[in-house]
Amino acid sequence: MPDAVLARMDARQARGQTAAVASDMRMKYSVFALARNALSGHADWPQAWRSPQPKPSYDVVIVGGGGHGLATAYYLAKNHGITNVAVLEKGWLGGGNTGRNTTIVRSNYLLEPNAHFYEWSLKLWEGLSQDLNYNVMFSPRGVINLAHSDTQRDTYFRRGNAMRLNGIDAEWLDRDAVQRMVPLLDCSDGMRFPIVGGLLQRRGGTARHDAVAWGFARAADSRGVDIIQNCEVTGFRIERGRVMGVETARGFIGAKKVGIAVAGHSGHVAAMAGLRLPIESHVLQAFVSEPVKPILDTVVTFGAGHFYVSQSDKGELVMGGDLDFYNSYAQRGNMPAIEHAVSCGLAMFPSFRRLRLMRMWGGVMDMTMDGSPIICKTPIEGFYINGGWCYGGFKATPGSGWVFADTIANDRPHKLNASFTLERFARGAVIDEKGAGPVPGAH
Amino acid sequence: MLIIHCPHCGPRDHTEFSYGGDATVRRPADSAPLDAWVDFVYLRDNPRGAHEELWQHVQGCRAWIAVTRDTLTHAISSTRLPAEKA
Repeated sequence: MPDAVLARMDARQARGQTAAVASDMRMKYSVFALARNALSGHADWPQAWRSPQPKPSYDVVIVGGGGHGLATAYYLAKNHGITNVAVLEKGWLGGGNTGRNTTIVRSNYLLEPNAHFYEWSLKLWEGLSQDLNYNVMFSPRGVINLAHSDTQRDTYFRRGNAMRLNGIDAEWLDRDAVQRMVPLLDCSDGMRFPIVGGLLQRRGGTARHDAVAWGFARAADSRGVDIIQNCEVTGFRIERGRVMGVETARGFIGAKKVGIAVAGHSGHVAAMAGLRLPIESHVLQAFVSEPVKPILDTVVTFGAGHFYVSQSDKGELVMGGDLDFYNSYAQRGNMPAIEHAVSCGLAMFPSFRRLRLMRMWGGVMDMTMDGSPIICKTPIEGFYINGGWCYGGFKATPGSGWVFADTIANDRPHKLNASFTLERFARGAVIDEKGAGPVPGAH
Repeated sequence: MLIIHCPHCGPRDHTEFSYGGDATVRRPADSAPLDAWVDFVYLRDNPRGAHEELWQHVQGCRAWIAVTRDTLTHAISSTRLPAEKA
């Protein structure tokens, strides 16, 4: 780095940034800002968000600085004018499942509560970069679910028709149309599970996962939300059935309302408040290949096993499959699950055979007993829960934040999450998309 | 790979087993109140740490095995037949 640039950076640090930050924070990202900062060697970009000391108390404390928690804080400030809010994160922003998924965004659900909720989330994705003034690289490149038998085709017809009745786009592609759209796919009769067609949602696609956390963080911070990293919550203070605040690694923080959005850690965080959840935590792995030239411009899922693949802007094939199928909080899994997923992928794309895997990682999935999320009030006054995202939390990020903020602000569910209650299990009103029953690993 | 010590067959890869989940849940009496059934069917402690669980050795002796495994480290501290105490 040139000395002049280093000197400027030192000077900046020396004069302290606290006063400058509040105005810098509102600097709009634009092509002009890019050009202006190019002239100073990109050394003068302001911090994207502050790192404040926690205040003694807040109107709302959100536990969990992933996409969902940050989105909740953002919409609390933007939609409800509640800005005295803190987001507490035990590690760093987006270091959990927000940074550990396969970035797929879609709303191709059969059941009405899921269909309407995820469709609203997809609509928010469509305008998210503009709304946040942060490029989340949402790319509506389409999501194809392959069918491999007449029966499976019929079930996809049913789902596609249900989607269209709910105002969501769905198209059936026959085998030739699938082949035209995905030339490298093996659509021959010789396949172990020959492809008969696929259900396409064109408006689905992918987004840049880290940018989602950073974009929501920056936008929430600029509206006054305090984002506090390295601040693990160790307990909740509850008096006479009402939450009073949270005990943290950095001391007690008072709060009129507390919302938890901690994904895989929902179980033991809720246990600190004395709640037992219909959730098991399981590890799900994902992995990327070495980067190659553009060869796949859509998202494809296998129908005869569990496998999904897309290509990132860097050229890596981003892939995932099944859970490892045992309870885990380890954020790492085992080779057999990877091997199984890869063999599904190679059945679809024989030409991927010579690619090498570059990275693999695991995330802790909060698997519910019906495969659908939980966003609701709890028996504790002022204590709200957002969790149970199973494999599907990333695409829900904006919608989840939107309805959770609404639920917290008004102390009643938004109509889009009115079905996602804890009580649904006792009432028998489960939302079981696949009809798999109360087996968390099966969803 | 997890290595599970089957009491009948010795140390085996976990891919020979099928996971049976939390071993601490108990089926309530038929006449038990609804809450007990909701607990049994849906609610789990889901601990981060030592977890009592069942695995069936489907590609071996087919017996159900009780396993104590840490969900944070995956370390297995005990394997035995379900009727035996940990």
